[in-house]
Amino acid sequence: MPQKNTESALSPEDAARLEAFEAHVGKGGYVEPKDWMPERYRKQLIRMMSQHAHSEVVGMLPEGNWITRAPSLRRKMVLLAKVQDEAGHGLYIYCGTETLGVDREELVEALLAGKAKYSSIFNYPTLTWADIGAIGWLVDGAAIVNQTMLAKASYGPYARAMIRICKEENFHKRQGYEIMATLSKGTPAQKAMAQDALDRWWWPSLMMFGPSDTNSPNSAELIKWGVKKKTNDELRQRFVDLTVPQAEAIGLTLPDPDLRYDEETKHWNFGEIDWDEFWTVVKGNGPCNKERLEARRRAHDDGAWVRAAAEAYAAKRNGHNRATAA
Amino acid sequence: MTQGDHPVGDTQWPLWEVFTQSAPGKPHEHAGSVHAPDAELALQNARDVYTRRGEAVSLWVVPADAITASSPSDAGPFFEPGNDKAYRHPQFYKVPRGVKVF
Amino acid sequence: MDSNAALVDFLLGLGDDRLVLGHRLSEWCGHAPILEEDIALTNIALDLIGQATLFLGLAGDIEGKGRDADALAYFRSDREFRNHPLVELPKGDFAFTIVRQFLFDAFGYHLLQALAESAHEGLSGIAGKSAKETAYHLRHSAEWVVRLGDGTEESHVRAQSALDEAWRWTGALFVPTPAEAVLAESGVAPDLVGLESVWRSSVDEVIRNSTLELPEALPPTGKGYRRGDHTEHLGTLLAEMQSLARAHPGATW
Repeated sequence: MPQKNTESALSPEDAARLEAFEAHVGKGGYVEPKDWMPERYRKQLIRMMSQHAHSEVVGMLPEGNWITRAPSLRRKMVLLAKVQDEAGHGLYIYCGTETLGVDREELVEALLAGKAKYSSIFNYPTLTWADIGAIGWLVDGAAIVNQTMLAKASYGPYARAMIRICKEENFHKRQGYEIMATLSKGTPAQKAMAQDALDRWWWPSLMMFGPSDTNSPNSAELIKWGVKKKTNDELRQRFVDLTVPQAEAIGLTLPDPDLRYDEETKHWNFGEIDWDEFWTVVKGNGPCNKERLEARRRAHDDGAWVRAAAEAYAAKRNGHNRATAA
Repeated sequence: MTQGDHPVGDTQWPLWEVFTQSAPGKPHEHAGSVHAPDAELALQNARDVYTRRGEAVSLWVVPADAITASSPSDAGPFFEPGNDKAYRHPQFYKVPRGVKVF
Repeated sequence: MDSNAALVDFLLGLGDDRLVLGHRLSEWCGHAPILEEDIALTNIALDLIGQATLFLGLAGDIEGKGRDADALAYFRSDREFRNHPLVELPKGDFAFTIVRQFLFDAFGYHLLQALAESAHEGLSGIAGKSAKETAYHLRHSAEWVVRLGDGTEESHVRAQSALDEAWRWTGALFVPTPAEAVLAESGVAPDLVGLESVWRSSVDEVIRNSTLELPEALPPTGKGYRRGDHTEHLGTLLAEMQSLARAHPGATW
C-alpha cells in the first residue's frame, strides 16, 4: 500500500520519491500496483476509474430499456451483446481499481449511496429505437475518443483494461451508426425518428468530455502524471471533427447552427455548450438520475440474498472439505 | 431497503485471477479478474467474462490472495543479476560461418 | 397432418420456446444480483435467441411462404405461438429464473441431443450446435440450483417455492402434439416418453444435491398447450416484443 503522503509536509525521502515518480511518468513510464505512488495519484485514479466503471454499469440501463422491443432478431442480439459488453467493461475497470487497494464492495456502495459520480449522459431517457442508434454512434463514439487516449494511461492496470475495452467497443459505435444509417434511408417516420434522436443526443454527447479546460480542476494534474494525454477540449474537438462528416454521409443534420469548418485550423467550430444544463445533470437533477440509481439499488438489494446464498454454500463446502480431510 | 442499509457481511464475493490459453500449445496468460464465491463459479464467470469472443481454449482461475508477487523493491536484487549473464544466451557462442547448428 | 406441416409446427415450437425464454432472461440484463451473473444470464439469453433465429428460419424455409425468422417472431399472434407455458411465465425472483431455467435446460439438452441424430439434416445440424450451448446452460443453472437450495435458509425457501411453482408447468413438456406424433414415427423427432425418463433422472440428481424436495408426480396438464393455449403472460410479452416492429410494418431495421 502506498505511504500516506500529504503535500504540505513531505519528508525528504518522499520528496525524492515524488521527484523520481514524476520523472518516470513524465517519460511515459508505467506505474504498477505495488510501485510507490503519491497518495494523490492513487486517489485521483480511484476516483476516475471507479467513475468510469460506474458509467459502464449505469450505462446498461438506458439501452437495456429497448432490448425487449428491438425490432428484429439481429438487432436484439446485437443490443444484448453490446449491453453485456458494458457489464464486462464495468467489471474490468472495477478490477483495475481494486489493484489500488479498494474493494469493489466499497465502490458499489459509494455509487448506491449517491456519493460517486458516473457519466451524466446516462441520465437522459431513451425514448425511441433511434436513441439506441444515437447512443452507439455518439456516446460510444465519444467514449472511444476518450478511451483510446486512456489506453496509454500511466497506470498499467487502467491502460490494460482500456486496451481490451477499445478492442471490444469497436463494434458498439459501428452498430449504432448502422442503425442510424438504416433509419435515415428508411420510411419518412424512421428518418424523422433518427433526426429527433440526433437532436436530443448531440449536445449531451459533447458534454461527455467534461467541463471546458478553463473550468476543469483535475486536468492539469492528470496530464502531468500521464493519466490523461489530452485535455477535455482537445478530445471534444477531435470528436466533433470525426462526427460531422459521418452525419453528412447519412443525410442527418447536427443541431448546431454555429457549426462551421475553419480552413485555417482544419477544425469544425461549434456553438456554445449549455453549461447550466451540464451542471444541473451532474448535480443529480437530470431527467433520469433518480430512476437510474433506483434501478441499481433495486438490483443490488434484490440480489443480496443470492450473493449471501452462494457464500453460505461455499463456506459449508469448505467446512465439509476440511472435515473430510481431517 | 434504503441506501447505506445493506445486510451486514454483504460482499461482492472474493476476487479470482483469470488466466486464458488462446490456442493449444500456447501458454496461459493473465486475462483479468472476476469475483466468485467458489472455484466452480469462478471458472464459469471467467468463461462468461473473458471468452465471450472465443478468446480461449483453456482457463485457469486462482484465488487472488493465493498469489505471491515480488515487490518493486526486490526488482534490483531479483532481476538485475540475470541481465549480465550473456553466456545464457545463444548469441554468446561463436559458430563457424555456414554451419547450421539446428 | 402431412409431414411437412408437422415439421414446420415442430420447428416453430423449438424456436418459440427459445425466443420466449430468451426474452425472459433478457429482462435481467442490467438488473442481476451481481455483475458476473448479469453477464452469464445475458450469454444464455443470446444463445437462446440465436437458436430461435435458426429454428424459426428453418421453419420459414420449409413452410415456403416467404416468411423469415423475423416475420415469424414479430408478426404471429399469441394463438399462433407454439412454446411451452413454462417458458412464458414471468421471470419472478432469481430463484424462479434459475429453477425454471434448470428444468428447461435439462429438457432442452436431452431433446437437442436426440435431435442431433434426427433424420432431417437441417434440423440435426442446428440441434447439434444448440446442444453444445445448452450443455453449458445446464451446468450453470444446475450449479445455481444447488447453491440456492443448500445456501441460506432464505434461499432454500425461495428455491423450494420456485420449484413448486415451476413444477406445475413441467407436465406439458411431455405431452406430444399431433405434429410430434407424426415426426416420431418418421425418426425426425424423438419419442417424448423416452425423453421424460432421462430428463427426470437428470433433474432428480441435481435436486437431491440441492436439498430441495421434488413434488412426486408430474402434474396433469391441459391438452391445448402448444396448440394455441397459453397462460395470460404470453400476450403481454408479445405485445411488448412486437410493438415496434408492428408499428412500422414493412420497414427495414
